[in-house]
Amino acid sequence: MIQDILFGLASIVVGIAASYGVYWGLDQIVNRLPDALQKKVRAWAYLLPAATLLILVLFVPLIMTFVYSFMNSSGKKWVGFENYIELFTDPTFFSVLLNNFLWIAFVPALTVASGLFVATLTNQVGPIREKVFKSLIFMPMSISFVSAATIWGFLYANVPPGRPEIGLLNALVKVFGGEPQPWMLISEFRLNSFLLMIIIIWLQTGFSMVLISAAIKGVPEETIEAARVDGAGNIQLFWKIVLPQIWGTVMSVFITVVIGVMKIFDIVLAMTGGTFDTSVLGFQFYQEYFLNANVGRASAIVAVLTVLIVPLMIIQVVTFRRQEAMR
Amino acid sequence: MNKTLARIRDFKIGTTLLLILLVGIWSIPTIGLLITAFRDRTAADTSGWWEAIASPMTQEWTLDAFAKVLSVDDMFGSFINTIVVTVPATVLPLLIASMAAYAFTFLEFKGREIYFATIVALMVIPLQAALVPVVRGLRFIKETTGLSLMGNFAGAWLVHSAFALPLAIYILRNYMMTLPVALIEAARIDGASWWQIFWRLVMPMSVPAVASFAIFQFLWVWNDYLIAFIFVDSKPVMTYRLLRLLGQYGDGWQNVAAGSFISLLVPIIVFFALQRYFVRGLTAGSVK
Repeated sequence: MIQDILFGLASIVVGIAASYGVYWGLDQIVNRLPDALQKKVRAWAYLLPAATLLILVLFVPLIMTFVYSFMNSSGKKWVGFENYIELFTDPTFFSVLLNNFLWIAFVPALTVASGLFVATLTNQVGPIREKVFKSLIFMPMSISFVSAATIWGFLYANVPPGRPEIGLLNALVKVFGGEPQPWMLISEFRLNSFLLMIIIIWLQTGFSMVLISAAIKGVPEETIEAARVDGAGNIQLFWKIVLPQIWGTVMSVFITVVIGVMKIFDIVLAMTGGTFDTSVLGFQFYQEYFLNANVGRASAIVAVLTVLIVPLMIIQVVTFRRQEAMR
Repeated sequence: MNKTLARIRDFKIGTTLLLILLVGIWSIPTIGLLITAFRDRTAADTSGWWEAIASPMTQEWTLDAFAKVLSVDDMFGSFINTIVVTVPATVLPLLIASMAAYAFTFLEFKGREIYFATIVALMVIPLQAALVPVVRGLRFIKETTGLSLMGNFAGAWLVHSAFALPLAIYILRNYMMTLPVALIEAARIDGASWWQIFWRLVMPMSVPAVASFAIFQFLWVWNDYLIAFIFVDSKPVMTYRLLRLLGQYGDGWQNVAAGSFISLLVPIIVFFALQRYFVRGLTAGSVK
């Protein structure tokens, strides 16, 4: 045990010292160059480690993934579009895509809406209450998907008939005279997927609340006063004055949550293992690669995922350029 | 009289009650976990945790589940492993990204805007999209050079760092753009080197952005399952253990609950201690 701790400490120190050393060395090399050259090279010296990592671990692999998606299960032989044809003729793949679509259709919008709702409420009460309430809503942000699965497992738990209920949801159902249900097995109307979505909304509402609350506080007081003088009610005030002014923040929270939800995976793995029609692209990839060891198919699945993400990428870059123009 | 009335109205009793109700509902899942972790197996198997709140005196409270997961399931070892994965995987991308952000903000070079736009575009790439080739690449390196980056910490640091870079560079660069350029120019005239300016001037002034990204990345790596599962399989982290525990409901809910509790402890402490920075950094990076 002591050995493990010492080894860990040594790894940390060596890892960090070595990285610092790389930059120090690069800087020393640049300093020894002639002045004119220094000016040209310095930026590249400071960018070199970042660029190397981005190219070798992100950019090239991303392209390789597309290449592999045209190969067989061991990633050694070309098979053309076979992987894609198999995917798009497989009805379960459409069920997976439907789930992804549902996740994107519901989770970001509901996360933003609940964050907006809580932010408006907490902004009305005194600073101490605001802080306490916000902290408690924000707290799930620090919980891992796997832990969240344990936590919500206690809520959704189902026991064999005749045994005492230990799941809160079924206990409540019983109190109201209903039949206990095996919640995670109910795929009608994708009920189980929606129950999983609630967990993510629970985890991320805090994030959306914090950003939106800060944006609401940034709305100039004069605009609100002016609207009040003109006789606007609270609801009108919110829809016509506050919301348009915080729209930028609302959208950026929305996009952030969409990006997170597109690659959702851990929660499905921990709660249902993708059974009973709960699988999503991220989980499907994990299954093909780690359980079926099918490099070609796994790559094709993430290739589909990446293509679906391209519109978001465009939105990101366009928003960024607009912000830059405003600087 | 009017004053008292106004004060009562300003206290917003209705909103407060609504918020208490909301926060109550929000906390139910976590409270259930905490209570279950301190129960014994029979109790956890035969009654709901809410019944334990109803009769806290007749309930037997125990630390057995903690003792069990820490020793038998080696949650303690995993705790150490998680720290060894998380600390460098937080510090390294920060160092690399700060240097890059510094170059993007204060140094002139050809194609600066285009390269930065590329980084913004890379922010949305899901890590699954690069995983298969990275694993194969590392295997290839191991076969040809004998240098193993799989199954140990270095691989996880590398991959976590690389995937954190786009967001880190973006946040840090946006923050550094708000620093006064005149100050850096003055330091240059006084003969400070670019290296000195970075460490003595730019980094200290960028603390809010650095802190907020550090917390973000710390929570992300601590809570990550996928990368740790692939790259440090011989030294399992806590999310990995927890998932195994989840598969063993036969041994009772209290073990999973205790395991979760242990894994939650550090992130929650970090979170509450540094919440202020977290929020400030998150909101500072975004331009309205």
